[in-house]
Amino acid sequence: MIELNKDNFDAEVVQAEGVVLVDFWGDKCEPCKALMPSVEKLAEQYGNQIKMCKLNTGENRRLAISQKVLGLPTFIVYKNGERVKEISGAENCTPEAIENLIKENL
Amino acid sequence: MSKVYDVAILGGGPAGLAAGLYASRSRMVSVVIEKAKWGGQAATTEELENYPGSIEHTTGPKLIDRMKSQAEAFGTELIKDDVLAIDPTGDIKTVKLANGEIKARTLIIATGAQPMLLGAPGEMDFRGKGVSYCATCDADFFTELEVVVVGGGDSAVEEAIYLTRFADKVTIVHRRDQFRAAKSIIEKAMKNEKISVIWDTVVEEIYGDGIVEGVKLKNIKTNETTDFRTDGVFVFVGYKPFAEFAKGIVEMDEKGYIITDENMRTSVEGIFAAGDVRKKLLRQVVTATADGAIAATIAEKYIEDKFHS
Repeated sequence: MIELNKDNFDAEVVQAEGVVLVDFWGDKCEPCKALMPSVEKLAEQYGNQIKMCKLNTGENRRLAISQKVLGLPTFIVYKNGERVKEISGAENCTPEAIENLIKENL
Repeated sequence: MSKVYDVAILGGGPAGLAAGLYASRSRMVSVVIEKAKWGGQAATTEELENYPGSIEHTTGPKLIDRMKSQAEAFGTELIKDDVLAIDPTGDIKTVKLANGEIKARTLIIATGAQPMLLGAPGEMDFRGKGVSYCATCDADFFTELEVVVVGGGDSAVEEAIYLTRFADKVTIVHRRDQFRAAKSIIEKAMKNEKISVIWDTVVEEIYGDGIVEGVKLKNIKTNETTDFRTDGVFVFVGYKPFAEFAKGIVEMDEKGYIITDENMRTSVEGIFAAGDVRKKLLRQVVTATADGAIAATIAEKYIEDKFHS
């Protein structure tokens, strides 16, 4: 998975063609960390069709807020730089829901 | 024949992990099944200063890590999966999981409780955009900003105190004229200069433009409504049990909490319940672990009587 920060976010997400999924997570977000292995697995599975990225919001707070993300975990799908779908909150962000989010937007 | 466990423990919070520890120490073949994060609610609790022996620098995640490795060290199997259904009929019970099934002589249901929603318009729309149910997850975002905490129990007041480490101003909105939290917690909150309280008031609506900008408040004594500008809304208005899969199988109260006797026995032989999912007065880590220990011990006795005599 591509690690995003303020220096590469534009190039990897906003200017990017195709479908990008961003996993907004943080060091203090236990649900986010519990999800990470499943997300990594999905990245291996769907890596050819979708660009999978993660953004540590603890280190990139302003960037997260600029994307109107103020809560974790949050997953956002961008298509050709435009955000098209998102899910947020620990009960909503299950591995199945994330996989569906990917499949719906391929 | 596939493997039959002595005990399958559903839920990997403090109750489930304690049950796993006690079960494996008494040499029962045991498994703990957790669908999301080990530790349940305790994993997202920063301050745990009411758990005996954990005064200094003990956070929920640290305590859970230790509980987990302790249970594992004595031989409990820990697996990640989602419980879909249980079949309680017969001497060997079946647990249907998202990825297969497990057979066991006894079940301990320790699936806990989850936060309740506020039910106000805007709540779902601003999820992850200023509405939160997890202070440790999201507090960072509100550094130097202002937040509202809704609720008046232990969680609400404790999390309000935690949020003052980040936010400039924390306003607790509570529908009654006093808190239900422990006195020591209330005292700590009242001494905190960043915290103020709006009593007798409910949140009627959460609004904003992309992210939360404010809430509509209503005083339930005067019916007066006011707009209150805020950057975030943290909701701690109670919990609901998480045991849909056991509905119609074990006896529950009207809220869905599982009814047990003092030995954690449910209405079905061989099925026990422990922790927050159980109907009881005090839902804390300390009572959850105690429940888990009792459930595992009584489960062992049950197996001894049923299968070995």
